[in-house]
Amino acid sequence: MPVNYAPLPKRTPRWLVGLTWAIAVGLPVSLLVVLLVLLPITKPAMIDGFILHQLGHDPAVWPWRDLLAAAALVLIGAVVFGWGAVFGGVSTWLERKIAGRMQSRIGPNRAGAGGYLVWMADALKMLLKEDLVPAEADDLLFRAAPYFGLVGFLLTFVTLPFGEGIIVADLGVGAFFVTAITALVVVGILVAGWSSNSKWALFGGFRSAAQVISYEIPAGISLMVPVLMAGTLSMQGIIRAQGGAPWNWFVFRNPAAFVAFFIFFTSQLAEANRTPFDLPEAESELVAGYHSEYSGFRFGLFFLVEYGSLWVMSALAITLFFGGWQIPGFHADQWVAVRGTSPFPPPAWWGMQAASMAVFAAKTYTLVLVVLWIRWTLPRIRIDQMMNLCWKYLVPAAFACFLFTLLWQLLVSAVPRVELASGIALSLVALVLVALFLKQTRDNIYSVAGDRIDLSNW
Amino acid sequence: MTINEIHEKLKAELGEAVGPLSDPKADPFCVVKADRIVDACRFLRATPGLELDFCEDLTAVDWPKRNVIEVVYHLYSYRHRHGIVLKVETDRTSPSVPSVEGVWKAANWMEREVYDLFGVAFPGHPDLRRVLLPDDWEGHPLRKDYQEGEGYHGVPNVRENPLVELRRLDQIRIAEQAKANPPAPAPAAPAAPAAPTAKA
Amino acid sequence: MEKLILRRVDRRNEEMILNFGPQHPSTHGVINFIVETDGEVLRKAIPDVGYLHRSIEKIGEMVGYPGFMPYTDRVDYLAAMFANEGYAIAVERLLKLQVPKRAQYLRAIACELNRIASHLVSIGSMAMDIGAVTPFPYALREREYINDLIEALCGARLTYNYLRIGGVAYDLPQGWRDRCLTFLDHFDSLLQEWDRLISFNEIYERRLGGVAVISREQAIDYGLVGPNLRASGVDWDLRRDAPYGAYADFKFDVPVGKGWAGVVGDCYDRYYVRVLEMFASAKIVRQALEKLPEGEIQVKVPKKPKPEAGETMGRVESARGELAYYVVSDGTDRAHRVRARTGSFLAMGIIEDISPGLMVADLVALIASLDVVAPEIDR
Repeated sequence: MPVNYAPLPKRTPRWLVGLTWAIAVGLPVSLLVVLLVLLPITKPAMIDGFILHQLGHDPAVWPWRDLLAAAALVLIGAVVFGWGAVFGGVSTWLERKIAGRMQSRIGPNRAGAGGYLVWMADALKMLLKEDLVPAEADDLLFRAAPYFGLVGFLLTFVTLPFGEGIIVADLGVGAFFVTAITALVVVGILVAGWSSNSKWALFGGFRSAAQVISYEIPAGISLMVPVLMAGTLSMQGIIRAQGGAPWNWFVFRNPAAFVAFFIFFTSQLAEANRTPFDLPEAESELVAGYHSEYSGFRFGLFFLVEYGSLWVMSALAITLFFGGWQIPGFHADQWVAVRGTSPFPPPAWWGMQAASMAVFAAKTYTLVLVVLWIRWTLPRIRIDQMMNLCWKYLVPAAFACFLFTLLWQLLVSAVPRVELASGIALSLVALVLVALFLKQTRDNIYSVAGDRIDLSNW
Repeated sequence: MTINEIHEKLKAELGEAVGPLSDPKADPFCVVKADRIVDACRFLRATPGLELDFCEDLTAVDWPKRNVIEVVYHLYSYRHRHGIVLKVETDRTSPSVPSVEGVWKAANWMEREVYDLFGVAFPGHPDLRRVLLPDDWEGHPLRKDYQEGEGYHGVPNVRENPLVELRRLDQIRIAEQAKANPPAPAPAAPAAPAAPTAKA
Repeated sequence: MEKLILRRVDRRNEEMILNFGPQHPSTHGVINFIVETDGEVLRKAIPDVGYLHRSIEKIGEMVGYPGFMPYTDRVDYLAAMFANEGYAIAVERLLKLQVPKRAQYLRAIACELNRIASHLVSIGSMAMDIGAVTPFPYALREREYINDLIEALCGARLTYNYLRIGGVAYDLPQGWRDRCLTFLDHFDSLLQEWDRLISFNEIYERRLGGVAVISREQAIDYGLVGPNLRASGVDWDLRRDAPYGAYADFKFDVPVGKGWAGVVGDCYDRYYVRVLEMFASAKIVRQALEKLPEGEIQVKVPKKPKPEAGETMGRVESARGELAYYVVSDGTDRAHRVRARTGSFLAMGIIEDISPGLMVADLVALIASLDVVAPEIDR
């Protein structure tokens, strides 16, 4: 008697594979290209030049100049929001696939080739879900809470340096602006927890807010280390003070910066409520967290902020410590040379800008992968252990790094070679650590799987 | 120590309250009077040489023919690797056995379960309430004369046989279909059967 | 009817009373905890069980001796072989049957494989409750091998109904032995991977070490059994100290809690004792497969056995501790009373007294470390 097993799934049709690749590569790249094109040409100087040369009006008296500038800013805002949202969505897919592979399983593989379209399906699902507001909840605050978090998340994109000339606004106080704006997320958490009118949501909100606020301190202090080394708070300034090669990155140029990077990264993990610091929201395994009463699009906003923060967190770390968009081998005067003096930049400049964006994106993406990797490896820390870590260990260590950097900068101004020596020494140390890590990984695999590494299931 | 020796010691301590050891072809047990059970248990736990510190099981058996509920105690000692089985017989109509929760904490939940399922009261128990069944359940199910109630909070505890229900639903469906599509009028009486007319 | 009277909640200290459960995402099942807390530290956690009560003991009085065997699976579905075996041992003693040697060895093999499977679920879900999600699929991946083996043996992956009164139901299929040995060879390397991944992870040790310490005296007093008892330092294992079946023929070590991450009897000990027990069980299966004798697999038992009036206790060392069946017969073909005394039921009893002072996250760790399953508690 023939046995009716379930039919094997058919291979994904070619058109779907093609479509998935088109979306997977096309969507982020096209957004970045739009940013690449838009941002330099919407600078006030360029707009004025455009009005003067192309439209033939005097920008100082033309009545529509401000409108044009504002329209350009709105367009940029929309594109940046799009980038944040798309990356937030893509990172959910990335997380689920990586989590699946780390856990000896496949992860999503039905919606689109390789499951790539599952984040779009999830986004659509969230839009279509029922929109519940609990009867006893504070109506206005309940509806408003996600937007605090969203604003706090999106405004950080204003100072993220995507490329050498690709930044929405190179504020003179960029680093400070970012620290201040991310604090807005706390307001969102508290408002969400309180307005849900649920005991446990309230306490979850308090706990989460306490965690985020506490970890702002070591983040802020360790952020001062690259600021001191660069001498400026502006993001582009900090990157310009570094170089492209690893020994020119701040993280290796100063032993205290090496430590400060880890403090900064840990604090950012805690601020974004990622494992191992996600007790406030994973206590929602048993009881609710601050966004328990949210459903549909409002929950989608919280979700988006959490996953989009992966990008922001990594981009900040890259900017401050790992040289940002600096291309190895390409110095500051070469940037000036490639720009030339014409009002509209030459193609070579655009090419180098694209290259710098690619460098930035690659570095940030690598750090995002590290964040995802940490999430699926480590267990959760309990809330009192978390507070312990912050106040008793990270804050004093951050202060120590800060003081060391003060003295280090004095030393460097006297003996400039010390910085280069430290850069090369620490890069070598890092290289050795990475090599040892890879060796240990190989040993781990061999000890369990026998005598070969089998990637045939990929 | 064998169970006989433990029984001897217990009888020496408590005298009349301890019955004889039952016949060994089944697992042997001895019956203790209800009012002395706490003393017996304390003695068994505390005496050096006996030290039955593990209350392995505390349950009840309902014997309607003899009109008793037996509360059974299985006791064991890790150190000496010996054990004994005690039984307390209590009246079925209003069963009550002093609680041994003060001797072994393990008895706490087990006595609650006996109360829940048999209705045996344990005076001296700090927190005697139902453990497995909801707090407002009526009756004690493991008794032999337990009758189920009419349902619980409006949820009935009987239902129609699913096969009978399906057949009934089928007939309703067929009747509705028949009403919706009236059958075609019966064909006219068939023409003369094909009797060969060519008989001429 | 007595009702649960909760203390008046101290509102000035912002205390509240919450329900943990009865639905919660862990394999421990439908258990409810009524928790008095101020959000951080518990005052008390009162277990509220009974959501899975299926009156199995009452059914035991109705279906007859052989007919009750599938019901024993449901007493503990994660370690069903042991539940079967306890009942079988009790009834065999009442019927005065002698189980053939081969059947005893097969029982031991099946039970030890089941112990490994049950402990895999236990430690996997414990790691998941603490937050490390990755070890859980690893444990399930290994358990799939065992499920496949047992499915080849008796046809079922969870509630096996493999044992019968007087022996076992099926003999080893062809090639099963080699498959099992292959699996065991593969399984031995899992300990290293597991320890590297999660057991000696600093965060994991901090979360579990020193949390909810149950001392030796408490463990014995509250009637804890099995890995919970051994983790508190009591060196007692029914397989070694009161051997039944074929266990007298095997050499195996019994891990006892040593305070690997802090104090003897804390959650980490209860976890690590289970990890070590799995690998001890693998050794037992190997020995049993080597020494497996030939012979019958089931003794002849009448269709409706009528044991003499009497009572007995059949004990096995289940994955969750000592599982004892108290079977009372009154001479007819139906039991007069069947009682399953399980380890999880008393583990619930200790939670109420251990919980004051724990943090909410520690309560999760405590429940996971006691390895309770709802069907064992509620039957």
